[in-house]
Amino acid sequence: MGIAASAAGPEALAWIVRMMPYGWISTAILLLPFTVALATPLIGRGNRRRTTWLMTGTAGVCLVLATLLFPAIADGEVLRQTFAWAPGLGLEFTLRVDGLTWLFLILVSGIGLLVGIYATYYMPPEYPLVRFFSLLLGFMGAMLGIVLSGNVIQLVFFWELTSLFSFLLIGYWHHGKSARDAARTALIVTVTGGLCLLAGVLVLAHITGSYDVDAILAAGGRIRASPLYLPALVLILLGAFTKSAQVPFHFWLPQAMSAPTPVSAYLHSATMVKAGVFLLLRFWPVLAGTEPWFWIVGGVGLATMLVGAWAATFQHDMKAILAYSTISHLGLITMLAGLGSTLGVVAAIFHTVNHATFKASMFMAVGAVDHETGTRDLRRLGGLRHVMPITATLAVIAGAAMAGVPLLNGFLSKEMFFAVALGANHGLVLDTLTVLVAVAAAALGVTYSLRLVGGAFFGPLRHDYPREPHEPPRWMRFPIGILALACLAVGIFPAWVVGPLLRAAALSVLGPQLPPYNLALWHGLTMPMLMSVIAFVAGCVLYVLGRRRIAARDDAPLIGWTSALHGFERVLAFLTTTLPDLQQRVFPSRKLQVQLLLVVLLAGVFGFLAVQPPPAPVAMHGMHVDPAFALLWLLGIACAIGAATQAKFQRMAALILTAGTGLVVCITFVWLSAPDLAVTQLVVESITTVLLLLGLRWLPKRIRELAPLSPVARYHRVRDAVVAIGIGVGLASLAYAVMNHLVADSASRFYLEQALPGGGGRNVVNVILVDFRAMDTLGEITVLSVVALTVFALLWRFRPAAESIGAPRARGSTPGQAEPHTDRDPRAWADQLAIPGFLILLIAPVIALFALHLFLRGHDLPGGGFVAGISVTMTLIVLYMAAGARWVEARLKVAPARWIGAGLLLAIASGLAAVVLGDPFLTAYHGHWTLPVLGDVPYNSALLFDFGVFAVVSGASALMLVVLAHQSLRRVVPAPDAVRDAGEAES
Amino acid sequence: MEAVLAIAIGALAGSGVWLLLRPRTFQVIIGLTLISYAVNLFIFAVGGVRVGADPVLGAATDPSRYADPLPQALVLTAIVIGFATTALFLVVLLTSRGFAGNDHVDGEDGTP
Repeated sequence: MGIAASAAGPEALAWIVRMMPYGWISTAILLLPFTVALATPLIGRGNRRRTTWLMTGTAGVCLVLATLLFPAIADGEVLRQTFAWAPGLGLEFTLRVDGLTWLFLILVSGIGLLVGIYATYYMPPEYPLVRFFSLLLGFMGAMLGIVLSGNVIQLVFFWELTSLFSFLLIGYWHHGKSARDAARTALIVTVTGGLCLLAGVLVLAHITGSYDVDAILAAGGRIRASPLYLPALVLILLGAFTKSAQVPFHFWLPQAMSAPTPVSAYLHSATMVKAGVFLLLRFWPVLAGTEPWFWIVGGVGLATMLVGAWAATFQHDMKAILAYSTISHLGLITMLAGLGSTLGVVAAIFHTVNHATFKASMFMAVGAVDHETGTRDLRRLGGLRHVMPITATLAVIAGAAMAGVPLLNGFLSKEMFFAVALGANHGLVLDTLTVLVAVAAAALGVTYSLRLVGGAFFGPLRHDYPREPHEPPRWMRFPIGILALACLAVGIFPAWVVGPLLRAAALSVLGPQLPPYNLALWHGLTMPMLMSVIAFVAGCVLYVLGRRRIAARDDAPLIGWTSALHGFERVLAFLTTTLPDLQQRVFPSRKLQVQLLLVVLLAGVFGFLAVQPPPAPVAMHGMHVDPAFALLWLLGIACAIGAATQAKFQRMAALILTAGTGLVVCITFVWLSAPDLAVTQLVVESITTVLLLLGLRWLPKRIRELAPLSPVARYHRVRDAVVAIGIGVGLASLAYAVMNHLVADSASRFYLEQALPGGGGRNVVNVILVDFRAMDTLGEITVLSVVALTVFALLWRFRPAAESIGAPRARGSTPGQAEPHTDRDPRAWADQLAIPGFLILLIAPVIALFALHLFLRGHDLPGGGFVAGISVTMTLIVLYMAAGARWVEARLKVAPARWIGAGLLLAIASGLAAVVLGDPFLTAYHGHWTLPVLGDVPYNSALLFDFGVFAVVSGASALMLVVLAHQSLRRVVPAPDAVRDAGEAES
Repeated sequence: MEAVLAIAIGALAGSGVWLLLRPRTFQVIIGLTLISYAVNLFIFAVGGVRVGADPVLGAATDPSRYADPLPQALVLTAIVIGFATTALFLVVLLTSRGFAGNDHVDGEDGTP
């Protein structure tokens, strides 16, 4: 740790501090995990060793970089590095390092390193490490982001990001229902808390007028005096309590034990659940010291500590004991922060470190037991010290630290905690209560530690284990050993090992006036020592006397009412079932048709109200009508009305009529000086038609009934026709009015004037899309990607109706006649389509080249990424139609999902490049290079962004079409299970 | 020109709304397509209807000589997103057809 640096001479140290590019070190610490997380799937796929090196190497480098920062913050200094974010809103992306941040940096990266080593051996070989480590690295980056945040909005962003990674990691074994449920519960609780936190920091920012952490920390008096103090406090505390699993939000943490053990050790004991504590300590200087703070934080902490310890005593699953024990210790830390004394803050920081070390090692030891024996149930374990002596020794050390045995770190922070509890003199009954609860929780801690270690490792060796147990691999024991060593080292030489960093962290929270505290193994025969002895004896007695009775129970007595999980489920049930029921009762019908009618009517009414009173009529121009244009639209309207009447029985005809209307729209765009729109409309029209044609096959046959319409149906039709005509007439008059009330000077003027000098392009539409409003376009392509993936996911589970599974009747053959193609012999089809197929194969490369042409000229002439992307898809469709999916896929590697990913990454990377160069996100650069031979060569970085758009659009449209086309392909010969599945869907 | 375009927008929207209120899923999807045509044309028309304006910047510096690019940029992305939503609706339609066994919007046959 950073101690070595302080051993050097003061001049040398000062020189080092001056020379270090500290700002860049903190930037690197934040960016490295995210970068490697993204790169891991590409580099590490299929190679466990390389994946492990990526994980441990990243954590190791972060650890070393963080260590380098220590000399700069050791005496309470603050390092800041700011980047422009949204200057207009007063937002800066700030990385801020002080003592508290530094402590968490070391914890997160150090334990990340150890967990990485451990997980390599823990995770079963059949599960790919790539996804696991990629998520773990992402979490690490998010957690480092929280502690490095020098801006409260940024803090909330990373805060929510950790919840998301926690969700993904808890649900890592997503085949199990319990893991999925647990992941969902954790996500709902922590993300809701995060939203409260967002609201809370917005209130803080409102009070202080700044989002900057340092500015907020400097405005403590103003915040506490503000009438908004209490709302801000409650909202921020909701964030902290949900994240740190405080009563009554603690229930998600024991459930989260469905996660793989390395995740439990890392996220759910050592780091993520400490984020709430970090928040309490971070804002301690401005929020603490008031009555509400004392009552809420102290009270919740006290309750959590006791409930957690009591529940832990009665668990049988070793991980459940550790989970409740974690809740209890988090309650302890919260309470220390809540008491409002400065010594409490020191003790809270100290215990945060100690708890992280002994609990992570304990989790890993339990994971080793689970890994070797195949069970974690204490009632089925015993005597493992005979077969796993080294693991048993390490577990005893960690367990003793958890119980607070002298010579170990847990003892020291417990002593400090007792001292704080005794020092509390608010003149309230809570003072005495604190002391009593402190001793009781400590005694229970001794009991459950004894149960955990004693139950698994001691007693007679059992021979009925699911697996034959033996020592885990050396590198699985190594991380446990390091942490156990840390417990011992801190416990024996506290002032030397942990003194400087505790001082730095305390300085950053409390300022230069630190309370007197003495880090030593032996303080003499003091009151805290006596309390320790009482707790220890009581815990041992409870264990010896109550052991059998505890083993016979299924759950913890007395605290059934605290099972907040039921409450949570009831709230969820209310939100997802009762509330929609209520809404349906208020709404006149359950039928979607009726509801849609109401929506349409409502839209019509609002549209009508919006133009009241009607604008004064102006001189009507546009009365001279081009007869050709009118004729064109006569055709278009006829097509639309035809489609409307035919869509029920003649789907194919309706589809072609709709496409006819689309073509008229396309010609209209050409007519009215919008070639970009025309070409886009043309290609989109084509692939939409293909898409719907692919879907037609799965719809049921519908034959026109000869019977006359029932009166009800006739009434429905008349009613709907009236509504439709009303909306049509309304929209037509609105459109006419708008076209005659044009605003003379709109925002378009700016774009027209700036497109060439500012964006370097002559096609203003494209310049708007990829340069001026690139952020909007990024949003668009993200939506497009999400939709494509949703389509893919839905079709993954698609079960067509049984009667449409059979092959469609070939065209031209009539029933009764011998049908040569019923078995869909591919060669027979190839014969039928031989000549068009050959022609198409010739044309396909031309279309592809045309797509490239459209893309490259997009900045100056009609074209661009959107239309080029869809043109590429058309090439693909044409090939599929001509030669069949199998032929194409045997020759071309079609991986549209990857195009989407690559396109999005490219678009974002081209935006981030601008940030690196010191400009706002998505700034485009353009100019001219003068090259020796070629002369003047223009360049424009917006082309890169447009290429990202191109890749996303082509990938998304191709993905949707290809998966739909594959539905027919995979049903050509219905596999037995496919038939069974379809039958299930029908029943 | 304005009058023709306005009538066209109204007719497309009317046909679309009528289909939107029909009970069969395929009718609804065709209806949505027609409505999206109408809406795209409407947004486009807000920029002003111009015949023979230059769409691409040339030598002239007077902005009024060119077609309004802003509604065009809006409509361009709307067309592409419209395709994506049509695909999504189609797949939802097919899945619902697979689960419910019929193509009624409510998943239960009975009313025409």
